[in-house]
Amino acid sequence: MDLFEYQGKQYFARFGIPVSPGGVADTVDEAVVQADKAGYPVVVKAQVQVGGRGKAGGIKLAADAGEVRAHAGAILGMDIKGHVVRRLWVEHASDIAKEYYASFTLDRAAKMHLGMVSARGGIDIEQVAEEDPGAIARAHVDPSVGITESQARRLVDEAGLDPEAGDGAVDILLKLYRCYVEGDADLVEINPLILTPDGRVHALDAKVTLDDNAAFRHPEWDEFRGLEQLDERDRLAKEKGLQYVGLDGEVGIIANGAGLAMSTCDVVNQVGGRPANFLDIGGGANAQVMANALEVINHDPKVKSIFINIFGGITRGEEVANGIVQALGTVEIKAPIVIRLDGTNADEGRAILKEKVSDRLLAEPTMLDAARRAVALAGGASK
Amino acid sequence: MSIFVDEHTKVIVQGLTGGQGRFHGLRNRDYGTKIVAGVTPGKGGQDVEGIPIYDTVSEAKAATGANASFVSVPPSAAPDAILEAGAAGIPFVVCITEGIPAQDEARVYNLLKREFSGTRLLGPNCPGIISPGKCNIGITAGEIALPGGPVGIVSRSGTLTYQALYDLKQKGIGVTTCVGIGGDPVPGTNFIDCLAAFEADPETRAVVMIGEIGGTDEEKAAEFIAKEMAKPVVAYIAGVTAPPGKKMGHAGAIISGSKGTAKAKMEALAAAGVTVAQNPTEAAELMAEVVATLG
Repeated sequence: MDLFEYQGKQYFARFGIPVSPGGVADTVDEAVVQADKAGYPVVVKAQVQVGGRGKAGGIKLAADAGEVRAHAGAILGMDIKGHVVRRLWVEHASDIAKEYYASFTLDRAAKMHLGMVSARGGIDIEQVAEEDPGAIARAHVDPSVGITESQARRLVDEAGLDPEAGDGAVDILLKLYRCYVEGDADLVEINPLILTPDGRVHALDAKVTLDDNAAFRHPEWDEFRGLEQLDERDRLAKEKGLQYVGLDGEVGIIANGAGLAMSTCDVVNQVGGRPANFLDIGGGANAQVMANALEVINHDPKVKSIFINIFGGITRGEEVANGIVQALGTVEIKAPIVIRLDGTNADEGRAILKEKVSDRLLAEPTMLDAARRAVALAGGASK
Repeated sequence: MSIFVDEHTKVIVQGLTGGQGRFHGLRNRDYGTKIVAGVTPGKGGQDVEGIPIYDTVSEAKAATGANASFVSVPPSAAPDAILEAGAAGIPFVVCITEGIPAQDEARVYNLLKREFSGTRLLGPNCPGIISPGKCNIGITAGEIALPGGPVGIVSRSGTLTYQALYDLKQKGIGVTTCVGIGGDPVPGTNFIDCLAAFEADPETRAVVMIGEIGGTDEEKAAEFIAKEMAKPVVAYIAGVTAPPGKKMGHAGAIISGSKGTAKAKMEALAAAGVTVAQNPTEAAELMAEVVATLG
């Protein structure tokens, strides 16, 4: 789960990482109240999970309540790369002497945590990595040991941060690591981490991605939920507990297993079609799960055909077929369905489906044949 | 022969008294796997259909001589269960648990490596391992695999693994061992570990490798194949159409930035001399051609 900037800052604050005083506002009036509390001048910031907010006009400096009113009015409702601004973060504006960068994430190749610090903050770190890789200091941290103060200090020194920022930056790095580990994040990033003219270091932005697998030990994460900007299909799928990713094509896809679902999208693409989604219903395929999946796909107006691709392992073909037939009885499907059923007891399963075959429900023996049929039904060019 | 597990492997099931552990543990026993004990703290002295339960892995190992463990417990308990098996000196641990927090996985991986280096972990979030006709640990349906050889399979994806086993069986091609390494960000056993073991196994004469988007393990495997492997490899990578920044089911299956794309992986493998298939069915067909040339 990606946090909004204001949530990230609130998360940082729990671990003692200094952030600017500020508050959340959903209306112009609330923005003024928050600005009065934070103290002028303030920065009014659009809360959207997309880069380039500043360039799009979603971050504005305001000297007084009148300016807050004007900027908040302009930013609320603004469309930034398809994300509509519904919430603002209003914080006291900081004087900035220097902008740095700091982050922790998992380095999968090394199987260790990776801390990164750079004196070149305020711009996209991938851009820095490309233009001037030497400007990023990196250190691997053994997850079974944790970060030491000397390790943090070495990172800060190697990155070439200004001497007056040293102690503050080390302190923040140690807290950021705690936030990353104890806070069960996949990524914590401060960009920019700033040095003020009076020598204080603090986080001016917050990027936090939480590990959904750790939700069971973080009941406090509930407050972050429900605010994510999901499209209608994603929201419905999440409600039903399905592994769903919306795509842009016309062939709706249901498969059991993440690998098979990905592979199904690929095969549809290979034969000239475009997948409308990735949807993994998991190892089995009982009627309820299948019905839920069909309902989510039904909700996508772009879908012209549906490709159900099931490989029976432990789940037997006849159970899968019965599940599909039952699901079809409970959900009224708008698009024609092509089913490919293979694996354990596939013949028995196919026999059950055969009785139901019509121009709205077709069965094909292989993944490729089924993909071709589904793509043709969607009106795409079948190769 | 086979890799990692065979007819002599004696398995304990951590979590045998739980729903999943019982279901899969008994299925594995029905397949012919030597399931010698179960471990559930506080339930020592009981039994599950004749399989004795012990309170700890150490006790179970001492009583039965077990040399492998099958961990089937919830995500909150799995890290400790894996480490307990490591501490008891179990050399091979299979963990099928899905949904273990990444922080725990990273910690457990490094602790095992440092403190219990004699223990190999397979998984977590994997379908397990099957040496057809000899030993099946995990959730693979044994009947879809043809025993014998000459093909070894290593895969990051569950259903695509079954698909590969099934397709090969349809073509009359046997499998020495099929290893599902799992789709999580920090797998205990990776492609290279399995490829090296297959290269060293005299009965395995060709390998099917199934990868997916995310990380750089497939690219590293390509380097290994180019340098260290003489046996032919056929590969398939899922996720050509996956968009960047979205998790495709598995926690590890995500394209971040320009890294982890299927295209980059396929190119790296092709450059290493691997035959790269465009879909799972083609992978089996290409492997059939390879097997035909083995004589």
